[in-house]
Amino acid sequence: MPPKLTLGPILFHWDADTKRDFYARIADESPIDTVYLGEVVCSKRAPFFERYLPDIVERLERGGKTSVFSTLSEVMLPRERKMTTELCAQADRMIEVNNAAGLGAVYGRPHRIGPMMNVYNERTMAHLAARGARHIALPPELPRTVAAEMAGNARQIGVALEVQVFGRIPLALSARCFHARAHGRSKDECQFVCENDPDGLTLTTLGGDRMLAINGIQTLSYGYLNLAAEIEDMLALGIGHFRLSPHRTDMIAVATIFADRLAGRSDGPTAMKALGALGIGPFVNGFWHGLAGHLYRDQRVGTGLA
Amino acid sequence: MNRPELVCPAGTPAMLRAAADAGADAIYCGFQNATNARNFAGLNFTPNQLQDAVAYAHARGAKVLLAINSFATAGRYDLWQKAADCGAACGVDAFIVADIGVAAYIAERHAGRRLHLSVQAAASSPEAINFYCREFGVRRAVLPRILTLAEIHQLKTEIDCEIETFIFGNHGLMVEGRCSLTNYAVGISTNMDGACSPASEVHYDRNTAGVVTARLGSHVIDRFAPTEQAGYPTICKGRYCTSPRDEPYYAFEEPISLNLMEMLPALIGAGVDALKIEGRQRSRAYVSSVVTSFRRAIDAVVAGRKPELVDLVALTEGQKQTQGAFATKKWR
Amino acid sequence: MLPTPSLAARHRRRPQWPHVPAVLLAPLQPLLQRIVRKVAREQPALFARLGPHGRSRFLIDARDLPFILLLQPDPVHPRLRALSRAAAVDCDTHISGSCRELVTMVDGRQDGDSLFFSRDLLITGNLEAAVCLRNALDDIDGSIMQHVCVALGKPGKMLWSWFCSREPLRGSECAAA
Repeated sequence: MPPKLTLGPILFHWDADTKRDFYARIADESPIDTVYLGEVVCSKRAPFFERYLPDIVERLERGGKTSVFSTLSEVMLPRERKMTTELCAQADRMIEVNNAAGLGAVYGRPHRIGPMMNVYNERTMAHLAARGARHIALPPELPRTVAAEMAGNARQIGVALEVQVFGRIPLALSARCFHARAHGRSKDECQFVCENDPDGLTLTTLGGDRMLAINGIQTLSYGYLNLAAEIEDMLALGIGHFRLSPHRTDMIAVATIFADRLAGRSDGPTAMKALGALGIGPFVNGFWHGLAGHLYRDQRVGTGLA
Repeated sequence: MNRPELVCPAGTPAMLRAAADAGADAIYCGFQNATNARNFAGLNFTPNQLQDAVAYAHARGAKVLLAINSFATAGRYDLWQKAADCGAACGVDAFIVADIGVAAYIAERHAGRRLHLSVQAAASSPEAINFYCREFGVRRAVLPRILTLAEIHQLKTEIDCEIETFIFGNHGLMVEGRCSLTNYAVGISTNMDGACSPASEVHYDRNTAGVVTARLGSHVIDRFAPTEQAGYPTICKGRYCTSPRDEPYYAFEEPISLNLMEMLPALIGAGVDALKIEGRQRSRAYVSSVVTSFRRAIDAVVAGRKPELVDLVALTEGQKQTQGAFATKKWR
Repeated sequence: MLPTPSLAARHRRRPQWPHVPAVLLAPLQPLLQRIVRKVAREQPALFARLGPHGRSRFLIDARDLPFILLLQPDPVHPRLRALSRAAAVDCDTHISGSCRELVTMVDGRQDGDSLFFSRDLLITGNLEAAVCLRNALDDIDGSIMQHVCVALGKPGKMLWSWFCSREPLRGSECAAA
């Protein structure tokens, strides 16, 4: 099967119009194969977009894309439990489960396992596969060495593996909303201030380095993950699905650059140069190389750190 | 009124003995490797030490719970298997696990041995907890420190196992088992290597004015004026600058410890089966002091008396304490 | 746990000691060496816990003593020396606190993290080595100080009595000496 380019769920609180325009362009103009839909960070945001989802799915399908519904990554409150079980109960949908709260409802039915589900070893993978998991997104902190071991096992049991290759990296979750806290509010009184920061709110250390980006209850890397130079290696390992995490930069351009890499139409340096021209970054790839996640290891020099 | 278990930490055999002597009903500990979430230098147990510790605890009527609660990583899965086999051979009373693969192994190979679901599994709903109960026969779930008392009360009625809640110690506010902040900063994974802000990556520098700068790898986590209390050098307890704020602020949480001594009657009333003290990385002095205080307080509550409140603030991070998420939703 | 005075009170100006010349410290050296050898002989588990950090050089700076101590907890060649505060010392880890806090921590009667939170303890240099040493010492039952003092004969017992008089917490331990 040829490698697939996927678009992860929108992690940030974009307004409904922005999201509709975004998905319309993805449907019509992008070389993306699979689109993950749904709110995975904050249950309070979900109602804003729910009613547009059927149209979006139809539009994406007309564009030849496969839609997958992602569940919340933190499930605690009654409304979060309800959202998760109701979504997972939709037998006609392909579901990506991001919290163990959803596993019961998809039991025995083909489903996907999201990157928040902590699949770090072959035994976990086999256990989930035996209960219907057909596709697993690896945790972003997983280094190449571990991914390689996983890929060998995944092939044997017929599980597809996905790895995030672009975008800020989800690093932590909390019950507390850090966006609200930054504005001196509590989560219940947040007034959706996270909407001001469509790529996250930057946290700079007292040493002056821009380190993290907060997004409601989620903490992301400040650096943008970029594994464009590692694509051949990942393909050789047997990774079949490559996830782009949505940002407000030109995602059509990003998708095109990665699609060219997957199809062998461009090389690493060309892709890196094109991505660099988008004015985002800094780029990081440390996790994949078993290094601190905020570092970038340049493939051309082999061992050097940028 | 039910009599909950008092579950206490041990980073060394001497600390385990101190906990048992101070009245712990159960003591949790781990091996000297990546299989547990407190894999710190000079801490934890060898197999021989664990065997002796189990004998010491059992002689005093205390249980030993073995934490194998990091995430087994492909390519070295056998390390976690060996830890489980070794723990079973040492006669531990239960395993505390987070990883599905590790839980599956123990449920199959050591069937009949109690399995507790670690806080690292981040199971915060009845659906998630019941999944682990059904799949692996989990007998107890350690709840994340994010639920209010009312939510715990409700949860208890919807699950098929015992519940354990933290009552004192580090106030972890990131969903545990879902945090890669240390790995992003320094390349050591809390989930895979069992260490959050390991000492090997932490550096303190004091300038001539007495201001201490705390760094994790190359990142400045905080600066403390001479008369300012300090906290753990973790990313989630650091101060940062951000656009909505004029001054650096604790973006996630200030240095503070959880202390639920005053809430004990309510927690026990809510049907909590076990009360947990955090701090395997602390010391004999810490465990003696905290366990003694909570032992007395729990016994008083169970006997229907008002517990005598003991001042433990000297042992708290930043010399400050909180009831955190347990008391109010406002904390969120 | 010891009662905690206010942070401001504890950070009032400490006495400034004159620099003791090295020659005046000479009589201390054999005593210190005896202490560290005795501990090394009797506590092999301590060194197993220290692992590679046994080769580290720990500068122990009790702020209210007129000299500093340099410890190398090597299992084969352990060394403990008193040095002048004026000496240029090459160390891996610098541990500073008041004599009372450091001693009670070594003896397992004070929690090191609490001392750090209250700013009574500061470690610069290799923090892992210091944490490892603290953990290794904390795994020794009873009081090392008492053990060492008693082994030093009458002067040691006098020292222990004096120390206990300043340290009212563990009366039963003091009586045993």
